[in-house]
Amino acid sequence: MAQSSPNTEASKYVLETKDLGIYYGDFRAVTGVNIPVERHKITAIIGPSGCGKSTLLRAFNRMNELSPGTRIEGEIRFEGENLYDPSVDPVEVRYRIGMVFQKPNPFPKSIYENIAWGARIHGFKGKMDELVESCLRQAALWDEVKDKLQQSGLALSGGQQQRLCIARALAVQPEVILMDEPASALDPIATLKIEELMQELKKNYTIVIVTHNMQQAARASDHTAMMMLIEDGKRSGTVIEFDKTNTIFTNPKDKRTEGYVTGRYG
Amino acid sequence: MLRKTFESEIKQVKDDVLMLGSMVEQALVDAVEALKKRDIKAAEKIFQEDRAINGKRFEIENKLMVLIATQQPMAHDLRLLASTMEIISELERMGDYAKGIANINIRMGDAALLKPLIDIPRMAQKGADMLHRSLTAFVNEDVEAAQKIPIEDDEVDALYNQIYRELMMFIIQDPKTIERANWLLWVAHNLERFADRVTNICERTVFIATGEMTEIKSTDDEFWKQQHQEK
Repeated sequence: MAQSSPNTEASKYVLETKDLGIYYGDFRAVTGVNIPVERHKITAIIGPSGCGKSTLLRAFNRMNELSPGTRIEGEIRFEGENLYDPSVDPVEVRYRIGMVFQKPNPFPKSIYENIAWGARIHGFKGKMDELVESCLRQAALWDEVKDKLQQSGLALSGGQQQRLCIARALAVQPEVILMDEPASALDPIATLKIEELMQELKKNYTIVIVTHNMQQAARASDHTAMMMLIEDGKRSGTVIEFDKTNTIFTNPKDKRTEGYVTGRYG
Repeated sequence: MLRKTFESEIKQVKDDVLMLGSMVEQALVDAVEALKKRDIKAAEKIFQEDRAINGKRFEIENKLMVLIATQQPMAHDLRLLASTMEIISELERMGDYAKGIANINIRMGDAALLKPLIDIPRMAQKGADMLHRSLTAFVNEDVEAAQKIPIEDDEVDALYNQIYRELMMFIIQDPKTIERANWLLWVAHNLERFADRVTNICERTVFIATGEMTEIKSTDDEFWKQQHQEK
């Protein structure tokens, strides 16, 4: 895949889905999703449990393929190109579209190595100390760990571990960061820190976040995709409404969205 | 700092309120100046200014709704956003008083002023000045200033009483002046109400800062109480 260059005119959308369906074997988990993901914005995916939010998120960096029998129909375009084209290397995709998970999962290595390791494998040839510092600074963690870089990443608090995982994702210079419930295991203050960090990160990256916490989507995102299970022969998840977050939370068009955001449905 | 984004959005709203306040202040000064000069064109311009004021108010109202919906404000933040909703509504109505004065100017047509305007521009100046300082107190959440400004409303009420008596004298001496005197009485009444609303803004500021909802001064009744006592 061609790297997007700042000199060429990049599309407004980093990712776009076209009639996207996602199957686990015969089971169609997600149906007919058409959403754009805007560059340097935060797109939130919300909806009740089991509606396919995480499945959709994982399709964005081909993480679903790690479970056998998973396939998609329709298309996901990443920087204008078909993400699932046979010529595309899924490992390369996962470098350019990084992921942060619900439970902080630092490597059982030093803070320093948590960041350096992926970069080294990816063939990073520059000054490693500078990269480590830059990633930790971007993840708003540097000041808290600069004196203990050789300590284990597992010794940090939950919120710090999650920011370390974000720093680690940044080390391979991705364009997009996918976040799957990044704050659901954290206390409210650590949660707000992650949300504030997202506002900083979106200046340089594009973020897609799945969250159970509607208030978090409301506080932190620019666009919101509302997902829900629909009866289409079989039960399957789809995006029933996509709009600016402000609109979703003040004047949604779909009655089901209104019901969900006001806590009356779902 | 936690919630840096929300903080900066709150600051933006406060800046917008200051902007709305200065539009209202300008409209009031312009309306009285136009009346003083009997400048109909300038009076018509106040109507345009009023549309801009209303537009700005809706813009701020929308921003406040989005912040309340998306940021889950609590405690001080909630008082601030809810009270700001109230304050912009006061400001919009104060803009209507300026428009009311412009309207009287237009309705007067070719008729000359009953008398040169002296106390009316004073009232307007005082009201505009009180508004200006009340919004500075709002932005800084300055409780002391917010509690003092409404006391100055007495000066506006005194000027109103003075204008009222003066105009009554004209009417008594020559009933043909009734219509022209009445026009000026409306103008003075608009100005008196304008200043009253400054008190409401100050009360909201005290509420934002302290959580205490108190009536600083019940100015509305003062004038009528005084009239009654004199009889």
